[in-house]
Amino acid sequence: MTASPGGSLSAAAPQGGALVARPKGAGRGRRGSRRQLTVRVAILIVVLGYLVLPLFAMLEFSTRGPFGSRTLDSYAAILNDQNVIDGVTTSLQIAVLTVIGMLVLLVPTMVWTVVRVPRMRRVVEFLCLLPRAIPAIVIVVGIAPIYRWMGQHLGAIGASPLTLAFINIILVLPFAYRAIDASLRSIDTATLADAARSLGAGWPRTIVQVIVPNIRGGILSAAVLAIALVLGEYTISSLLAFNTLQVVIFVLGQQDPFISVAVSLAALVFAFVLLFVFTRFGGGPDRRFQAEVEEPAG
Amino acid sequence: MTDTTRTVASNGHGVAVSFQDMHRWYGPVHALNGLSIDIAPGELIALLGPSGCGKTTALRALGGLDDVDQGRILVGGRDITRVPANKRNMGIVFQAYSLFPNMTARDNVAYGLRLRGVDGKARNRKAEEMLELVGLGQQTKRYPYQMSGGQQQRVALARALAIEPSVLLLDEPLSALDARVRRQLREEIRRIQIMVGITTLFVTHDQEEALAMGDRVGVMSAGRLEQIAEPAELYDRPRTPFVAEFVGLTNRIPATATNGTVAVLGTDVPLLEGSAAAGPVLALIRPENVRLTAADDGAGRVAAVSFLGSLCRAQVTLPDETLVVAQMSASEASGLYPGASVAVTVLPTPAFAVAS
Repeated sequence: MTASPGGSLSAAAPQGGALVARPKGAGRGRRGSRRQLTVRVAILIVVLGYLVLPLFAMLEFSTRGPFGSRTLDSYAAILNDQNVIDGVTTSLQIAVLTVIGMLVLLVPTMVWTVVRVPRMRRVVEFLCLLPRAIPAIVIVVGIAPIYRWMGQHLGAIGASPLTLAFINIILVLPFAYRAIDASLRSIDTATLADAARSLGAGWPRTIVQVIVPNIRGGILSAAVLAIALVLGEYTISSLLAFNTLQVVIFVLGQQDPFISVAVSLAALVFAFVLLFVFTRFGGGPDRRFQAEVEEPAG
Repeated sequence: MTDTTRTVASNGHGVAVSFQDMHRWYGPVHALNGLSIDIAPGELIALLGPSGCGKTTALRALGGLDDVDQGRILVGGRDITRVPANKRNMGIVFQAYSLFPNMTARDNVAYGLRLRGVDGKARNRKAEEMLELVGLGQQTKRYPYQMSGGQQQRVALARALAIEPSVLLLDEPLSALDARVRRQLREEIRRIQIMVGITTLFVTHDQEEALAMGDRVGVMSAGRLEQIAEPAELYDRPRTPFVAEFVGLTNRIPATATNGTVAVLGTDVPLLEGSAAAGPVLALIRPENVRLTAADDGAGRVAAVSFLGSLCRAQVTLPDETLVVAQMSASEASGLYPGASVAVTVLPTPAFAVAS
């Protein structure tokens, strides 16, 4: 019989099999891990309940029919309500413009900061996070005269709700900055840029052909966050009197609460699906920066 | 300034490079302080020095990745000081792994050719040739994450050479690799550099690497070039106290200098130019110039003996507590053991001395 450093005892069995004694405390350890698992599952159920319950309540409410029946009339009505369709279309257009504007503004700025002026990184971070600290009403009060001027002097373009993209670009900066910054930190941006430039690439090519493909995950995350924020933005659109999705939902809520809740739920599901698609097919963890290969022998 | 018409090991297709009185400040730090070096066509210059001495700044300035505040850089007689990095046609291998993670080995190597408008077939053929040259002909479709560090640096070398650069810049390309791969790769780099005949600037803080690879080795300190010379000359005839102490192992033995010689442990050792000439000094004696003889009444006592394969290194304590390191063949060291009494002498090989 031998004792191993780990504390387990083993003995040769008569038929050549091995008897392995259970280490002291093994049962206690198993009971402990079972208890841990139970606690984890309980926490998961509570959190999921907290998140899913309101959605379930929305689904329950929006599918109520006469005399306790269930109906999808509210969802069908979305497609027949021109205001809803216009609101959705407008919000999606604003979302697309916001994403494009945010990426064009943020990606080159952040790459340039990392590669050429790292000491400015804190300043850029502060500026990007600032909109988070300023209440929406303050932003609207500050920016309303500009929108008034645009409405008066730039004709249809100035009065278009699509101009909300400008203000939304600022609002999404804190979220987009974090997502892109995390990606830039996961690669050696400065060295990749130096390598590309030494091979003959100018700055635009360096950013588009070398940096962007390697921070794709961060860019997609930033885009998803921007879309979610734009689809959910109400205060500024309402105060500047533009009919975006959330404004339409609010107005509908006063006329037909069932359709209003149906639109809200549909918008949420749309955002979830978008998030899932982006993380599943583009934004997920990238193996390219994780693998380590041993030196070949010889 | 140095002689640029020298014979170098390469086949001589490279261009001459000249740093002329270069200065670079980072705030109060004078990173390059009047650096001037002339590099002959096809020559491999190894820049050696401690961290922060300015060697990487010099390399980045030549590559166009950093600006210089004063001075000029000439490549093939043309002033490129203000030419942007992407117009300089320099091949650079960096210390950090710098392959583009989104591209295969072949695409990485072909990238520079793609930027030069070389058509797809031709650039792929060239990329495969270059990968063959660095011994990775079978790995063309692998992504960087599927390759080891040594393989990635080989691909980086192939990528740098594929554009047929005027100068090859190697910024401590081996420092992230383990010792075995490092030795193997440095020999390979040297072989390829001689074969291609490209003028090369190699920056390292590893003396062995610098001495093994360089046609000449430049030692830098605090932004200045202390000395540039062939490896053997640099080792045997240092011109400044910094070089004497930085390159190779040295013993600092208290002694007295008079009339160009210094009396060290009973031997008159000729002093090298630039040494402290008179009075109490510390003589800088190489371990291989120290001789130990087993003697019961010897003044030295062996403190430790290290076996290094064909060589042995023994540490000996003198009566004044000075620790002297001696290096000898393994057979010569057979009678040495910790605690043994030995007589310590030095060979009269010219040495450097600094004021004590």
